[in-house]
Amino acid sequence: MNFSDLLHSAMHDLLAPGASLSAFRPELTLCATILVILLAKMALPRWTTSAFWLTLLGIAAALWFAYPWSWASDAIPPAHSIFTGVLVSDSFSVFLRLLLLLFAILFTTFTQVSGVASQDDMTEFYVLMLGALVGMCLMISANHILMVAMGVELASVPCYVLAGTQRQQPRSSEASLKYAVFGAGAAGIMLYGLSLLVGVLGTAHLPTMSTRLAMLIQSGGGLDRGLVLVLGGLMLMVGVGFKLSAFPFHFWAPDVFEGATAEVAAFLSIASKAAALGLLVRLALGFSFHPDPAMLAVLAPVRHYIVVLVGMLAVVTCTFGNLAAYGQNNMKRLLAYSTIAHAGYMMMPVAAAVALVGVDMGEARAAVASLCVYLAIYLFMNLAAFAIVAFLRNELGSEDLREYAGMVRRSPGLTVCMAVVMFSLLGLPPLSGFVAKWFIFLSLISAKLWIVLAIGALNTLLSLFYYLRVVKVMTLSAEPLHRPAPTIPLVSMAGSYCMVLTVPVVLLFFFAGGLLNWARAAASTLLY
Amino acid sequence: MSLFDFNDPQVVLTWLLSLIIFLPAAGALLLCLVPGKDGWCRGFSLAVTAVVFLLTVWLALPGGQGGLPGRFNLSGDQMQNMVCYAWIPSFNIFYFLGVDGISLPLVLLTSFLSVLAMWASWPITKHVRAYCVLFLLLETGMLGVFLSLDFFLFYVFWEVMLLPMYFLIGIWGGPRREYAAIKFFLFTLVGSVMILVAMLMLYFASDLNRLTLDQLIACRVIPPLGAGSTALVTPLASSHTFNLLALAQLGQSGGSPFQQILFWSHSLSWWAFVLLFIGFVIKLPAVPVHTWLPDAHVEAPTPISMILAGVLLKMGGYGVLRICYPICPDAGYELAWFVAGLGTLSMIYGALAAMAQSDFKRLVAYSSVSHMGYVLLGIGAWSAVAGSQYDPHYWQMAMNGAMFQMIAHGLSSAGMFFLVGVVYERVHHRNLDQFGGLFARMPVYGGLSMGIFFAALGLPGLCGFIGEVFVVLGVWSYSKVLAVVAASVVILTAGYILWTIQRVYLGAEYKGPHAEALKPMSRREVAIAAPLLAFAILFGVYPQALWNYITPTVNKTVTVMANWTANVKDHSPAVQEPIQP
Repeated sequence: MNFSDLLHSAMHDLLAPGASLSAFRPELTLCATILVILLAKMALPRWTTSAFWLTLLGIAAALWFAYPWSWASDAIPPAHSIFTGVLVSDSFSVFLRLLLLLFAILFTTFTQVSGVASQDDMTEFYVLMLGALVGMCLMISANHILMVAMGVELASVPCYVLAGTQRQQPRSSEASLKYAVFGAGAAGIMLYGLSLLVGVLGTAHLPTMSTRLAMLIQSGGGLDRGLVLVLGGLMLMVGVGFKLSAFPFHFWAPDVFEGATAEVAAFLSIASKAAALGLLVRLALGFSFHPDPAMLAVLAPVRHYIVVLVGMLAVVTCTFGNLAAYGQNNMKRLLAYSTIAHAGYMMMPVAAAVALVGVDMGEARAAVASLCVYLAIYLFMNLAAFAIVAFLRNELGSEDLREYAGMVRRSPGLTVCMAVVMFSLLGLPPLSGFVAKWFIFLSLISAKLWIVLAIGALNTLLSLFYYLRVVKVMTLSAEPLHRPAPTIPLVSMAGSYCMVLTVPVVLLFFFAGGLLNWARAAASTLLY
Repeated sequence: MSLFDFNDPQVVLTWLLSLIIFLPAAGALLLCLVPGKDGWCRGFSLAVTAVVFLLTVWLALPGGQGGLPGRFNLSGDQMQNMVCYAWIPSFNIFYFLGVDGISLPLVLLTSFLSVLAMWASWPITKHVRAYCVLFLLLETGMLGVFLSLDFFLFYVFWEVMLLPMYFLIGIWGGPRREYAAIKFFLFTLVGSVMILVAMLMLYFASDLNRLTLDQLIACRVIPPLGAGSTALVTPLASSHTFNLLALAQLGQSGGSPFQQILFWSHSLSWWAFVLLFIGFVIKLPAVPVHTWLPDAHVEAPTPISMILAGVLLKMGGYGVLRICYPICPDAGYELAWFVAGLGTLSMIYGALAAMAQSDFKRLVAYSSVSHMGYVLLGIGAWSAVAGSQYDPHYWQMAMNGAMFQMIAHGLSSAGMFFLVGVVYERVHHRNLDQFGGLFARMPVYGGLSMGIFFAALGLPGLCGFIGEVFVVLGVWSYSKVLAVVAASVVILTAGYILWTIQRVYLGAEYKGPHAEALKPMSRREVAIAAPLLAFAILFGVYPQALWNYITPTVNKTVTVMANWTANVKDHSPAVQEPIQP
């Protein structure tokens, strides 16, 4: 093949309809938005809110490109790798990207309503957010170890800075520093693990890695190589576990959430988690699946290893998060532990999916679909919770739960929203948090992961107390005498924003069938 | 099929049943959105509950097959007036409603008590709008539980009741309301999780391929041919089901998929039964999981106590009757002694505990534990195994008695809680030792109280007697010891009720605090208590009014299970024809 042929095929791979560039348009739009924002800041210094409007516009454009317009008319296109195999474009990445962009729109509006991004640092705030978003989009469609590392770094580094946006507050700087140091450590360990895996398997392309892995196992391998692989897998899990805030790599979460603003905490708690879970699915399924049935059977020990690792982390994370949330009085810390617990719940279907690979591919896809449903619902309930905390902070100047006492008398609408969100996080019908848990438990049953199921169900009971405590303080406790409870009417920017987020929390319960169809479509192109 | 084609009886039926369930919720939403004065909120809520009551009365009007849609066919022993729509098709979850002789009386009881309880809420002046909203949401949950025939839907409604109840006790309750509310929440949630686990076990073990086409159509897994359905058979997403009727068919079939061994040499059916039973019995409640009840009752405001005792406790019995026994008959057969024993224990314990109380409301609460024990005993006594005849007659008698007892207790206990509330509002204490002489001060109140307390006692001629006597008669052939014990509990009951009457109503004069507040009952209060007493008398002297609805379905249920015992357990011939008590 001469040079011109190479060039030609590269051009074709890049530019042909449906090829790399067209599948990558949302990410490119985000990158372009970053540039436009920075330029607008210089070119139009008088337009003080330029960053906000441009960000909104850019994300909307990206959303337009990311929306799978053809799904309604045609069948869902099968997965195909883009950019010569470093990324993969399939319905799963389309779904998660859609979710991330939807979150970004809601989040941008949120920062404006709550006024966290003041005019001086608005540009930096949104640029950092968009940068992290691009990294997250890479994480969820990674098909190559290089992309895994790059996506994680690109998503993490802006977050370190975002955590420290309140420069005048020592707590915020502390949070930022803690996050950066722990994050760098975890990333270093992950990179080392990745290099071990790549070194033993001789490739960094995920599907090829699973082929090599199968061949290695088939040929007997050798104990030393096996040990290196196990070690590499563990180290990789350290990095992913850090992003997921899975036990025992969770310790940054409460401190960072407490130090950062509630807005940034919401970003870390939702977007970051969604991307990390997308990456976990990519890696877990990538190593445990091979299209050739004979090879697939050979990979059984790998699957067993992943199921035990992820399943164990899931149950421990979930239980720890729920138990540690008990004693918290700071709402952001409480929600941080709640986030940890939910990360545990969301890792359960990943374990189930891997356990079902090779047994029943349809059920394995259903398990991934249950994760997608959970993420979509989790987006609304957690963002609503953080939004309420942020709006109350603006009124009260405090994020202490005890300061919320008797809120129902002054802000009944907001309290109802908070109660709905808390009971949804707990998982009570008729709220969408119930269907989210329900689908996950169904997938655990089809995977026959009884212990995980039992601990998951038990955790629902454990989490009752602290979610209920929030509601109890807000409704049943008497108002403190020294200050009036804050008044946030529903007919206000803040109030209506909370409504907009809370209504889907209820409605997604009744229309769970439709959401499930979307999620099923999202998982339908995996494992081929 | 259009949802607005009102010539189609199925569409009318769908609207009727959905309105019964969701009209209160819609009313609650309207109350949230439209600001109004307290009086308006109360009046509106009362109107909504009244409309729902009228709709349920329509449901109960006797009418044959082919009559107006929604009328009840008295001779039918099957599920009637079913409507079924897909909700989450991927998991075979349906919006599936229907009534039969077991659920219809409870639906009526619920809507009736809701009207009375709403009317009894007039004295509530704190956050009236929120109270009405929660009350209406509670009614939606209660009616939904009794009407739904899909296990998932049932569970959802079951949980829907939890939150309004928590707030109703926690905000409008007495001094220890927060403790009582969280205790109620915790107990119920533990039960709910058990029900959830059992539901999942049954769902995944179920296999619709084992049922014949006729059975599938009877359970509405497949819509009846030609009844407005264009598609012949829509393919199902999986062979698992939440359909309660189909699950019951599967559970009662020979070689049922639920009989696979699960843990410790017990079948899946056995474990599911145990989990479901604990879940329901917490609500019933039976000793030793009854401890939430006295606290919740004592702290709850009067109308909520009426609903708790009148309706929520019945859900436990209904769940056992509708879900535990039909779906897991073999476990019921194995554990019959346990269920019956637990029922008897509750009866004795509740009666003794009631006798020891000095708080009027707590006494009534413990009397509920005692009376609901009859329900458990009547359902659980597997009389069909007596001898080797597999004769369902005695069991039918006991189960009919249990069903009757549920309705009777719903009337009498709601009445008792209301009456306690009436006097508490006047004198602001419930200490039994500080009452006395109320008969002289409030003659109408005294008269109504006598009637309702005697109904609870089980005096012949009042509703309590019928249920108790049928349970005891039915149990006699199962176990003479249990029957004798159950019968002698009546002595304890008579003891605490007569003693209460003596301490509260008789005596020379009232010596407690706030004597000046003891005014005669208002017209509103009389109008709430009088219908309860009227029905207590009506069902006491003419029980056939209730039997007409209950017996066909209960007899059918029992006969099927007796035959199941005969066929599956011992391969003996069975007696077929049901009798009327």
